[in-house]
Parts: sequence; C-alpha cells; structure tokens
Amino acid sequence: MTTKVSTPEMKSLHFQPRTPATTKGDKVVGAVSHTALTIWTLIVILPLLWTFMSSFKTSSEIFASPFALPGEWKLDNYVKAWSEAGIGSAFLNSVIVVAVALVIVMVLGAMCAYVLARYTFPGSRAIYYLMLAGLTFPIFLAMVPLFFVLKNMGLLNTLPGLILVYVGFALPFTVFFLFSFFKSLPHEITEAAALDGAGEWRTFFQVMLPMAKPGLASVAIFNFLGLWNQFLIPVSINAAGPRVLSQELAAFAGQMGYAVDYGALFAAVSVTVIPVLIVYVIFQRQLQGSVSQGTSK
Amino acid sequence: MKTQQSRNDDGLAAVVPATAAPQVIKRRRKPLTWDKVSFFAVFLGLPLAIYLLFVIWPFVQAFGYSLTDWSGFSPNQNFIGLENYVKIFTDDIFMKAMGNNILLVIFLPIITIILSLVLASLVTVGGSSKGQIKGLRNSSFYRVVSFFPYTIPAVAIGIMWGQIYDPSGGLLNGILTGLGFDQFKDFAWLGDKNTAMIATMFVIVWGFVGFYMVLFVAGIKGIPAELFEAARIDGAGRFRTAVSITIPLIRDNIQTAYIYMGILALDAFVYMAALNSGGGPDNSTLVMAQQLFFTAFSKGQFGLASAMGVVLAIATLIFSGLVFVVNRLTGGDKDVSL
Repeated sequence: MTTKVSTPEMKSLHFQPRTPATTKGDKVVGAVSHTALTIWTLIVILPLLWTFMSSFKTSSEIFASPFALPGEWKLDNYVKAWSEAGIGSAFLNSVIVVAVALVIVMVLGAMCAYVLARYTFPGSRAIYYLMLAGLTFPIFLAMVPLFFVLKNMGLLNTLPGLILVYVGFALPFTVFFLFSFFKSLPHEITEAAALDGAGEWRTFFQVMLPMAKPGLASVAIFNFLGLWNQFLIPVSINAAGPRVLSQELAAFAGQMGYAVDYGALFAAVSVTVIPVLIVYVIFQRQLQGSVSQGTSK
Repeated sequence: MKTQQSRNDDGLAAVVPATAAPQVIKRRRKPLTWDKVSFFAVFLGLPLAIYLLFVIWPFVQAFGYSLTDWSGFSPNQNFIGLENYVKIFTDDIFMKAMGNNILLVIFLPIITIILSLVLASLVTVGGSSKGQIKGLRNSSFYRVVSFFPYTIPAVAIGIMWGQIYDPSGGLLNGILTGLGFDQFKDFAWLGDKNTAMIATMFVIVWGFVGFYMVLFVAGIKGIPAELFEAARIDGAGRFRTAVSITIPLIRDNIQTAYIYMGILALDAFVYMAALNSGGGPDNSTLVMAQQLFFTAFSKGQFGLASAMGVVLAIATLIFSGLVFVVNRLTGGDKDVSL
C-alpha cells in the first residue's frame, strides 16, 4: 500500500524522489508512533514465535525456562501431535468440510443473492429481511433444537450434517454481501444476454457470475476464515463424530491435565496456525482489499 | 428505474408504474417456462430450504422449548409457561454469568475500538505534517502483522494464551521475572479471580484489534485527502484532526465495529471455554453461553437451556438497539453499513 501511495512522486518529471522535509515535531511524533506500533507488533508476534519455538521442546525443557532454545530441533512433537493426538486426521476433516461447505455456500449464496437483488416478486423483501435476521441472532439459541433436527435426519455426528449446517449459517452473510454486488451490475447486460437467447440459467452462470468475481473472492475469504474457525457448531452437533481441527485441538488440550505433553500441544497449535498464516501472507493484499470492499458498501 | 426493473424482471415484476408501456404488461403475462420455473426452484428454493431448516426452524423451536420442562432425552415434555425464566433469573450462577457478559459488552468494544483506531490513525496519517498526507514508513508491515491473530482459530488462540499465562513455564511470568518483578514468579493469571477476567479480555482484544485496524484504515483511506489538507491549512493539529475529521467520517465503521464486538462479547464462548473451561475461579469468567452449553449438553435440561438462549438473544437485540439509538441521538444519521 505504501508503494502505491508513493508512485505518483516517483513518476514526477522534475524532481528526484526525495525524503519529505520533516520538522522536529514530525520526528518526535514519528518516533512515538513507530514505538507504539512496534510494541503492538511485538505483542502480536512474540506469542506466536514462542509457541513455535516451544513446539520443538520437551516438556521438561518447557518448564525449565520459557526462553531457552530447544536442545535439539526435532520434529518428535509434530509427529506425536499429527498421528497420536489425531490432529492430522482432524486437519483433513476440516479441509474437507470447509472446502465442500465453502463451494456449496458460494454457489447457493450467489444464486439467492442474484434472485433477491434482480427480481421483484411478492415476498422478496421479506425473504431478504429473514436472511438479515440470521446475521443478528446468536448462534447459541439454535444449537439445542438443531441437535434434534440433525438427529431426526440421521445426520448427527456426520460430516455431511456438519457441512449442511455450515452452509446454513454462512448463507446470510454471503447473501447480504453479494446482494449489493448483483444490485450494482448494469441491467443492459442482462438484456443483451436475453436478446442473444440466453435463458435464466445461462445468463447467471455465463454472464453474471463471472462479473461478480471480485465480490465472490472477498466473501470466499471471509467465509473460509469463519468456517475454519468454527467451534461451537462442531462441539454441539458433532461431539461423537469425526472431529474437525478446532474440536480436536480443544479435546487434546482438555486431556492435558492427565497426560502432560506440552510440547505436543504447542506442535498441535502450530499445525493449526501456520498453514493459514502462510496463506494469509501470500494473499494479504487481496484480503485487506476485501475488508475495505466489505465495509465501504 | 422501476420501469427498467420491471422490463428486466420478465414477468415477475410486482411494481409496474401506471405509465408503463403496454408491451411491458403483455410481457408480464408471458407463461412460465420450464427455464424460469426450474431457475426459481433451484436459485431461490434450494438456499431458502437449507436456511429455513437449519437456521430459522431451530431458532423458532428454541422459543417453544423454552416454555417446557423437556430434558432432551425423555419423550415427555410439559408446558410450564415462564417457569424456566423465573428459574434463570433467580439462579445466582446464571446471574453471575450475565454480569460477566455485561462487563464484557461494556469494556471489550471500547478497548478494542480505541486501540485499533489509534493504530489505524498512526499508519494512515501519522507521517510528515508537510506535503501530501501520508502514513508512517513501512506502515503496511504493521498492518499485515496486526492482522495475524484474526486468521488464527479462536480455540488455538485460547490454548496458546493459556500457556502464555501459565504460572510456572509461561511466557508472561518469564518476561516479568526477567524484568525484575519477582512477585510474578508463580502468579496464576487465570487462576486468580482478580486477574482472570482482565487476562481473558486482553486475549480477545489481542485477537481482534488487527481486524478492526484494517477496517478503520479502509475507512480513513476513503476520506478525501482534501479534507485533511484543508484542516491542516486551518491549523488543526493531529489530535484535533483525528477527533474532528477522522472519527465523525468513519462513524459508520465504528458503529459496525461496536455492534460486532458487542455480539461477540455476549457470546465469548470459545475464548472462555479454551482459557478456563470451568468458568474460572469463583465463576469470574463464566459467561451465559457456557452455562447454556453446560445446562443443555451436560445436565440435559434442554428446556432450561433454550430459555437461556432466548435470554441471550434478547440481550443481543437490546444491545444492538441501544447502539443504534445512542448513535442516532448523538448525531449519526445514516444506517449502519454492516
């Protein structure tokens, strides 16, 4: 972002890029600001680095000193966390559930938003407000009855059940966000498509959906983070089913009172944190862009 | 605009202005084709069916269950009116949990918003007071790093900080004793009822400041630079500019942040469960959601748990309503931009 801001200066024909003239006050303010931001950055990074470092230690090393580097950088803890503590299979379950739910919710959400944004029919507003209501209700209220809805359908403690519930709860946000997107697309395009003989289905999949790509990408990122983060839904309706990552992590931490293996716990946390962090650093530009897009509407 | 819409809607327009051309009306009577019927069934019917079944229906049922004494396992459920609600409001533990939630709803949004506003201002307008308005050098680095916690699952955050607060091998006490504060050698941050709640709040703030910082940065960048420059020419200092220009202009963003953080504070289940699953020393970090979960899935009192859910939902609605009203009364005139 900084590079973007300074580009016009660089292109100037008359001046070499120069450091801006700074007053004494600026220097003080700059120093104070940098200090404040650096402190916050340390508060954010130190716990992460410490967790990562501790994931290579043995339990006795962890208790000996919180700062000392591990004696040996061995992957034992990771092996233990991945296979014995079941973090590996939970990781795969999470990937499957989140990926499938994400695809379904994106398709269904886009469809629903498209219909609500571009067609007026009796009840369309009511449906839209019903969707909005889902954003404000605390998810907690629904958990008890949802347990029985899934039980009656035979989907309790199964991954498909989890996927369907994820889709249901991610729908309102998706529809809400994409609604304004489809609303803003020009009507001439739909007309042109209709004149060319495209039916409703074709118009949506071949014309409208590709045009909504930037919006879809933003929503997908947010839905991914939200679903990957999901904890309450799996522990309520999937307690005895194949566990997802956050659930397994909590269960593993819960057992720690009996079998103290802090090194493996740190490794489990690292396995949860690092992949998403890497993906974030790669895509951070798009993500930061999507935050501004999502909020400027 | 309306005529245009109805033309495109191809027969489904509800509103057609009186002045609409006759051909529009003709189109409205066009028979429904298979293309159209299947389109509506799949595009609207399918998402709506999933949403109604897995989201709305459970919410509606919860209100019903809250009026019964259903245990969740037995087939018999008797209608007992508002008895569950009476039980909740005379239950000291639940009231304690509600008090904790109120504490959270007051402090969490304020701390998070102030901190993220300050950081956002520093990276956007903290730079030189001469020439173009600009942020600090390398500000994008700070922004990228601050966002890290938002990408980490809440459970992982809870576990991580649980270890950091650990009395004997934790990072925090290690740092504090390293700095010479020997009284913190074995201090249990989460085990002492005076510090458990504050320590927990800090963890939640840690998790969200980066997100709201990015949100506010986006808001501030949306403000036309001329406004800042005009203020500068008029002699306004940095603080004055922040108070008189930045904050009023990103008011909607702040309100959104307040509502989101408040709803989170009324739930807070994940953090509390990960940091102190038992509710903390002397129930000092117990929240309504934990009590609901315990009542429903451990004690098997589904009716009572549903009533707790309803109380939680009403608390959320009251909170959102309050934020709206306060914002209106203090001069915010636009709708919230969620």
